[in-house]
Amino acid sequence: MNMTKIVRTTADLFYPFCLVFGLYVVLHGHLTPGGGFQGGAVMATGAALLLVSRRYEDITRSLRQNTMKLCEAVGLLMFITAGLAGLFAGGAFLYNGLAGAGGLFGEPVAFGANPGGLNTAGLIPLLNIAVGIEVLGGLTVILLYMLSGVKETEP
Amino acid sequence: MMDSLALHLPALLVAIPLFTAFLIPLAGRAGDTARSALVLLGAALTSLAGLALAARVFARGTVLYVFGAAAPHAAIPMDSGGIPIRIIFQVDALGALMVVIASLSSLAIALYSLAAESRQSGKDGFYSMLFLLVTGVLGMVSTGDLFNFFVFLEISSLAGAALVAYRIDKGEAVEGGLKYALLSTVGALSVLMAIGILFAQYNALNIATVASRLRFGSLDMIALVLLAVPLAMKCGAVPMHFWTPDTYTTAPSSITALLVVSSQASLYGLFRILFTLYGDLLRFNWAVFGWFLVILGALSAFVGVTMAIPQKDVKRLMAYHAVSQTGYMLLGVGVGLAVFADAGALAAYGKTAMAGGLFHIINHAMYKGLLFLTAGAVFYRTGTRNLNRLGGLGHAMPWTMVFFMIGALAIAGIPPFNGFASKLLIYESVFRFSPFLAILAMVVSILTLASFVKVFHSMFMGPPRAEFAGVREVPAPMIAGMAILAAFVILAGLVPQVFVDRMIAPAVNALVDRAGYIAAILGGH
Repeated sequence: MNMTKIVRTTADLFYPFCLVFGLYVVLHGHLTPGGGFQGGAVMATGAALLLVSRRYEDITRSLRQNTMKLCEAVGLLMFITAGLAGLFAGGAFLYNGLAGAGGLFGEPVAFGANPGGLNTAGLIPLLNIAVGIEVLGGLTVILLYMLSGVKETEP
Repeated sequence: MMDSLALHLPALLVAIPLFTAFLIPLAGRAGDTARSALVLLGAALTSLAGLALAARVFARGTVLYVFGAAAPHAAIPMDSGGIPIRIIFQVDALGALMVVIASLSSLAIALYSLAAESRQSGKDGFYSMLFLLVTGVLGMVSTGDLFNFFVFLEISSLAGAALVAYRIDKGEAVEGGLKYALLSTVGALSVLMAIGILFAQYNALNIATVASRLRFGSLDMIALVLLAVPLAMKCGAVPMHFWTPDTYTTAPSSITALLVVSSQASLYGLFRILFTLYGDLLRFNWAVFGWFLVILGALSAFVGVTMAIPQKDVKRLMAYHAVSQTGYMLLGVGVGLAVFADAGALAAYGKTAMAGGLFHIINHAMYKGLLFLTAGAVFYRTGTRNLNRLGGLGHAMPWTMVFFMIGALAIAGIPPFNGFASKLLIYESVFRFSPFLAILAMVVSILTLASFVKVFHSMFMGPPRAEFAGVREVPAPMIAGMAILAAFVILAGLVPQVFVDRMIAPAVNALVDRAGYIAAILGGH
């Protein structure tokens, strides 16, 4: 069902903020409370907002089930690949070979009490991102399935 | 390269099926052939990893794998103060035995499914779930971490429930799946609570570490009950067997065969917890928990078979037989547990009983898997599971009939099939423990034979029927899947001593060697 213009506009305004906040939770997963699952769930909440404010048929034009299923599979594959990368780095499965090795997430952690740097922790942010993509896809697919059964009624 | 690959086998054991499971939806977009090829490749690689790992364990002893560590063997990091902080896979001979079961069955089942499910829709989800179920089972039997065990138990339960309900079948399958999901969830919550109790007391989740610190207080006993009961329920022991008939009947046949393996992973968990986690020679009440297993076993064996006899649905009948056969395993290992504190009795017949029970686990997985697959083959061609409506199929489906005969004779304990070998071990050892129980076990076996003679007669014997005129033999991949299991049934029946010496005896020794399990992680004490 289509909600009023006020609801639709608010949902539209909120949607990007939801995504940005979700991304923040995912990317700061190794520093602050949260992580891949929580951030992915926040992003999926944005999708839920759009879903409740609009007709199911209208929303599936931009939020496609196929794309979301793809997100789910790709996120999980990323996770396993990151785990297997540990083998090539010379350690065990999920070995954190990137930590402290330089590069994007490889900055060494400063000694002593500090707020923490975003570009640290090696493999962990990558795993968070993978889980974030997976949860965004998975939860949105669940929402789409559940809402596909909603019937239209005249008010 | 080969050597370093062998080092990582425990990780590959779960990584390969997981990777396959998540790749299947992508391969499905490229078409049916691509998906089938991937399923076959994934199943073959998983089995290969499993068998290679088991061979390594039987040759060199317990294999450790520390996830996320710089070196996979370093159970205790230098700076952790003597505590294993990471998730560790610990595969000893008993775990290796279960890995062999899961590897062989999953390969046979994947092959069989490729043909059996070829006309169905929604195959992406089906195969993804199938590989997740395999992952769950393999993880349960190889992990050395309590919480990790819970996670894999949940993976196998959820994937199993989804697969049971996958072919909706006018809502019947959904009922079976929902029942399984509900009971699994209640069971898993109980397991989680027990793990919580242990974690709160001992600050550890590693099985070896918790075992070494266990104080046998009343809280620990509560935790033991909370662990043992759901696991006994998950393996289908009477009086907690009520989910098995509904679930096993309504699931697709290949999935039923895999659920049998998954229920045996729960059995493994039960044995692991009783022997390894709680099995302190002096402080554990061996007789009480031994008799607990013995009574569960005797009840399951007898009630299962008597419930099976009047059934008209072939899969429902087989499901009750699965309950009955689980009874033998509980009986065998239970006798070993009951006499554990008595070194003389343990050496005289306790270990033989345990060997019989453990041998029966692998034998049962093979012949019961085979029987469920033959029932699925009959259903695939005729569209019915009702014994009163079936008949005369021996003319059109000779291979299925032969495989069914092999499975039926094996489950009834007729030589030279594998069921005889393990049942004989159980009879002769249980007789010295309690003659009554041994006679009960034999009676159950006779009733099993009677029941399967009936099934054989009503499915395959008689003149060809008009309504099944179009029935042909099932496609080659299904025959190949059944052939893998049948080959094992015959092989283990012809040379049981080889299997007992190479696999079962080390598994029994691993099960009773609690100190060895702990020392593998924490070093010698």
